[in-house]
Amino acid sequence: MNWNKLIRTVFLVDLFQGLAVTFRNQNPKNIVTEQYPAQRPTIAPQFRGAPVLNMNPETGETLCNACGLCALSCPEKLIVVKSERDEATKKKVLTEFTFDTSRCMFCGICEEACQSDAIELSKAFEMASYSRDGQVWDRKKLEDGHHPPQFKA
Amino acid sequence: MTQTAETYLDKTELVLNMGPQHPSTHGVLRVILKLDGETVNGTDCVIGYLHRGIEKLAEARTYPGFAPYVDRLDYIAAVSNSMAYCLTVEKLIGAEVPARAQAVRVILTELNRIASHLLWLGTHALDIGAITPLFLTMREREFVLDIYERYFGARLTTHAFRIGGLPRDIYDGFQKDVLDFCDYFIPKVDEYAQLLTGNRIWVDRLTGVGVLNVADCKAYGVTGPMIRAAGLAWDLRKALPYSGYEQYDFNIPTCENGDTFDRYIVRMEEMRESVKICRQAVANLPDGPVMGKVARVLKPPIGEAYVGIEAPKGELGFYIVSDGTTNPYRVRVRPPSFINLQALDKMSKGALVADLVAIIGTLDIVLGEVDR
Repeated sequence: MNWNKLIRTVFLVDLFQGLAVTFRNQNPKNIVTEQYPAQRPTIAPQFRGAPVLNMNPETGETLCNACGLCALSCPEKLIVVKSERDEATKKKVLTEFTFDTSRCMFCGICEEACQSDAIELSKAFEMASYSRDGQVWDRKKLEDGHHPPQFKA
Repeated sequence: MTQTAETYLDKTELVLNMGPQHPSTHGVLRVILKLDGETVNGTDCVIGYLHRGIEKLAEARTYPGFAPYVDRLDYIAAVSNSMAYCLTVEKLIGAEVPARAQAVRVILTELNRIASHLLWLGTHALDIGAITPLFLTMREREFVLDIYERYFGARLTTHAFRIGGLPRDIYDGFQKDVLDFCDYFIPKVDEYAQLLTGNRIWVDRLTGVGVLNVADCKAYGVTGPMIRAAGLAWDLRKALPYSGYEQYDFNIPTCENGDTFDRYIVRMEEMRESVKICRQAVANLPDGPVMGKVARVLKPPIGEAYVGIEAPKGELGFYIVSDGTTNPYRVRVRPPSFINLQALDKMSKGALVADLVAIIGTLDIVLGEVDR
């Protein structure tokens, strides 16, 4: 054992160096932790959260043309799109759209498959519900968007 | 009741269950210990508590549809899994990935390596009794996850890459975010080293524990930081370069003894090397498209493909057999954690129970990948 190592061992130099790190982090300038319920987190615009079914902002009609590509591409097959053919215009009209969020893994494949920007995974994220039925979202719920109730702590 | 000779225990031996609910087994791993006093005479791993049949699930999914599931294998390094899967399917269909997509993939997987090693360092130190590093490593990992959230849209199960390229081009300020993280991160690695590398307790607890030499590593198929700590500079990024790794200048850190302390040193150095690769990739980020030419409905020709990549824990490979339809006929994952875990019995023979915790920690296993 050389002298340098002996001195370091006897005077516990390495332990004090480690303690210095600990004390340097006692009052951090940048606090990384978010005080979540009190302080709302900043969510990135790209975030894949609660699904919404977008409407045309001018006419208020749904953008979904009931092509069913989202239902086809979904790996979990949790989207159900039902449509009927309009006799006058010969076009498909969306009648029913359900999205089972309890089985969704938020991969975003439906969003990428959609040709008309109708289905989108939004920034909303607080999606707890009291029952499993509450996790299956129908067309109205998807079109209104997800607005979880907020309580003051 | 009669017992066969194999299961008969010596009178001084005691059988003890460690896990599946044990904080030091990093998940639901059950280790049956054969103890003589405090000494471990043998271990028997019982796995499968987290088995979800992911390989079987693949057979009922399309090729792009299976991509999000691979994130659930090694959920600490989800981006690496996605990389391996996409590279394998790309080899199967013969797709070319644009240079820009390759560079961005390299940046994100190297950040993932850093995040994975940070979590390993924090929990490994916590197992041994050093609580402080966990708080510091979690803080730095948060910055990586923030970059992921901004680019992928998710923090843990990222669904990172698409077959043929990237889901979208990088956002404005991506390069600055990565470079800021690189500048911020290197002093932090020095801080961890200051906390641990010289610390007498840390050194004495780890030196000479769980020794695995190169011959044993090869016999068990152990890869990654474990074989590099034993002294063999085997790294698939250098040996079989993929995704343009041949153009980056980095070293393969190696040690000699192959004990737990050496594996700690190797992983610390790997984090510094990853920062080096990130800096080079950001500086030479090519322009161009981020998505190659891939058919909308993927039907690979009949055949098979295997691609292995250097995941944070070792060689992660996907072997896919195609029967010409939209779904894979068979997907086999070669998970590094599962194969490294086999060496546990060899490493822990003659060790103390307290050392076993260190040995399980140094294996850096993720049970999602072991059980699949």
